[in-house]
Amino acid sequence: MPTSTEPGRPDPETTTLARGHDGRPVSDRGDTVCVIGAGASGLTAVKNLAEHGFGVDCYERETGVGGAWNWRHDRSPVYASTHLISSRPFTQFPDFPMPDHWPDYPHHSQLLSYFERYADHFDLRRHIWFGTEVVRVEPVGDDRWDVTTRSTGGYGPERTSRYAAVVIANGHNWSPKLPRYEGLEQFRGEVMHAASYKDSAQLRGKRVLVVGAGNTGCDIAVEAAQQASRCWHSTRRGYWYAPKYVFGRPADQVNDLLLALRVPLRVRQWLYHRTLRLTVGDLTRFGLPKPDHRVYETHPIANSLLVYHVGHGAITPVPDIERFHPHSVELTDGRHVDPELVVFATGYLPRFEFLDGKLLGDDEGVGRPRLWLNALVPDHPTLAVTGLLQPDSGIFTLAHWQAVLFARLLRLRVSRPERAAAFAARVRAGAGERYSGQVKDSTRHWFEVGHADYLRALERALRELESK
Amino acid sequence: MRSWEWARPVRPVRREVLSAVPELEEGRPPLLFVPGFGHGAWAYAENWLGHVAARGFGGYAVSLRGHGASEPAPEATLRAYAHDVVQVAASLPRRAVLVGHGAGALVVAHAMARYPARAAVLVAPVFGGWATFGTALRRNPLGTLPAVFGAGLRLNRRQLFSGELPDADARRYTGRLGRAARRAQWQLLTGADPEPAVGDPPVLVLGSPDDRVVPAAALTRAARRYGSAPLLFPGMGHDLMLDARWREPIDAILDWLVKDPARDDLG
Repeated sequence: MPTSTEPGRPDPETTTLARGHDGRPVSDRGDTVCVIGAGASGLTAVKNLAEHGFGVDCYERETGVGGAWNWRHDRSPVYASTHLISSRPFTQFPDFPMPDHWPDYPHHSQLLSYFERYADHFDLRRHIWFGTEVVRVEPVGDDRWDVTTRSTGGYGPERTSRYAAVVIANGHNWSPKLPRYEGLEQFRGEVMHAASYKDSAQLRGKRVLVVGAGNTGCDIAVEAAQQASRCWHSTRRGYWYAPKYVFGRPADQVNDLLLALRVPLRVRQWLYHRTLRLTVGDLTRFGLPKPDHRVYETHPIANSLLVYHVGHGAITPVPDIERFHPHSVELTDGRHVDPELVVFATGYLPRFEFLDGKLLGDDEGVGRPRLWLNALVPDHPTLAVTGLLQPDSGIFTLAHWQAVLFARLLRLRVSRPERAAAFAARVRAGAGERYSGQVKDSTRHWFEVGHADYLRALERALRELESK
Repeated sequence: MRSWEWARPVRPVRREVLSAVPELEEGRPPLLFVPGFGHGAWAYAENWLGHVAARGFGGYAVSLRGHGASEPAPEATLRAYAHDVVQVAASLPRRAVLVGHGAGALVVAHAMARYPARAAVLVAPVFGGWATFGTALRRNPLGTLPAVFGAGLRLNRRQLFSGELPDADARRYTGRLGRAARRAQWQLLTGADPEPAVGDPPVLVLGSPDDRVVPAAALTRAARRYGSAPLLFPGMGHDLMLDARWREPIDAILDWLVKDPARDDLG
């Protein structure tokens, strides 16, 4: 059994000294596991690894927990009005419910307090090194890892520690993805990515063009409808705008009722189309393009207000952008609009700059790893990525079970190595598997999973691991 | 997959939580007491809560919905009760030890599958099933039989207390008893077994061989489920926290929490 090493400063005086391949001293942390990031996925990884008896060192570049959900963090993408897209039961950790008296769709500040309470309740902060960023993660043979850290901002010396395993939970919503458009450099108006959008005051009184119909794009368009003097909303294709409530209940709860009843996808799609038709109505009458796909084929958008404001004329739906001119933007249908401010809500790309992309099977270096269950790395049984998911529900439940799976796998490596080896073959075979129905192929949907399909696959993997 | 639980979340209610915390925070885990059917948080507030606080532990007791001063809930199920326990446990500052009495022990067993408790203590656990029903029927046919048809399960003094408890106290306590929801009562007979606990908590089972609700064999069975033997306090009734010698079992629980070698981080 792994012995739980007491967390503490990896002090060269008290631990065995080894030499890294560049000759610098490495402090050996024994069976301890390294977790990168103390956001939602990192916290649940720390909690579950500690619960399974492992010592854990977690490195967090910021000074608080909560990662993307901590608005104080400079990489945090949340804006003042951010609320949850999935309702409470889907969003909370499965073993630490959110308080009953919270609303169905809590605000991001409530979510931050939820993570802080999670960290305190399970006494996780003693494992976390705040203000420390990871510079390098290198394999050193025997499936162990050298992790080099320094204080955030690059001050102070680098320090290398050797770990039995590494969990990467650095998040994937912080490195903005900006599309290229012809003439964007000549455009005289203001251009920003949604990552730097914080408050609706930034839109007040301006003519705003919002690009992108993700949940963020729709939120910003809705705020622009109320604050800006004019709002255009540019989308590549038509989408299904699902309301947050149907039949008097949060929409995802209704959806999961159908999933619990094992209603087949086709029937669910038909029901969904019917419901939208009856509640939201035909969107093409507003000039919105007809969706070129069925529901469940793109990441769901839950926004009751977008259609409302389109109906009030506060949002003008427009097609994709053709090119930029110095004082106007040309659209694919030949129209010109003249915004003062363009907000690109065009998403984020994952980045693992501390790690050789090839280790994760990302041979082209585009930031798309080849993993099994979006978490386990073929050929590197002691490396895992958690939270690299774009589920059609809350992500934290999924990250929790990923962490449980990895913790059990690590335990199995000690107690029954031969079974762990057999499981490694399973990881290799399953790499790149998808857990959703057919989805549109774009970077947006790289990590798209259907939460039901995904959790069932994860449950099977857990059973496989436990079976004798 | 917990689609059902997601699709139909438990209705939120206002819950009564009584507490007694030590003057000096000593870093010990809080104890969350869960009363059995018919009882409310008051049953613990009477003796145990204060004693727990005096020994340096935070003591909290919840009234399950429909009990004590919590909101009425005539349609509550075991799942709703377990939800109440997990909600309160998650609101405590640190990982809690769950202590369940009677049918509350079954509620705790269900809650343990949804919350990684630090440890769990099952006091005179009623895990339901037909054998328990048979015992209850034999000892108190008039109080038990109507429950089958949806009336409240009634327990009498002889079932709950030993003869040592002063008459006035016993009368006062039985007067405060309420009832559980009928669906939850039926689930005692027919409900599914609790799912395995998460987080691998150590479990202590204790009770009395002279308990007129839970026979000694049932205690042994419950303890074996968690791989241990029951701790016995002869001469006491079912309500160990209200009976005349209430001090012995609670001291045993706290000693176990302090001493248990697997829990050396408790301090």
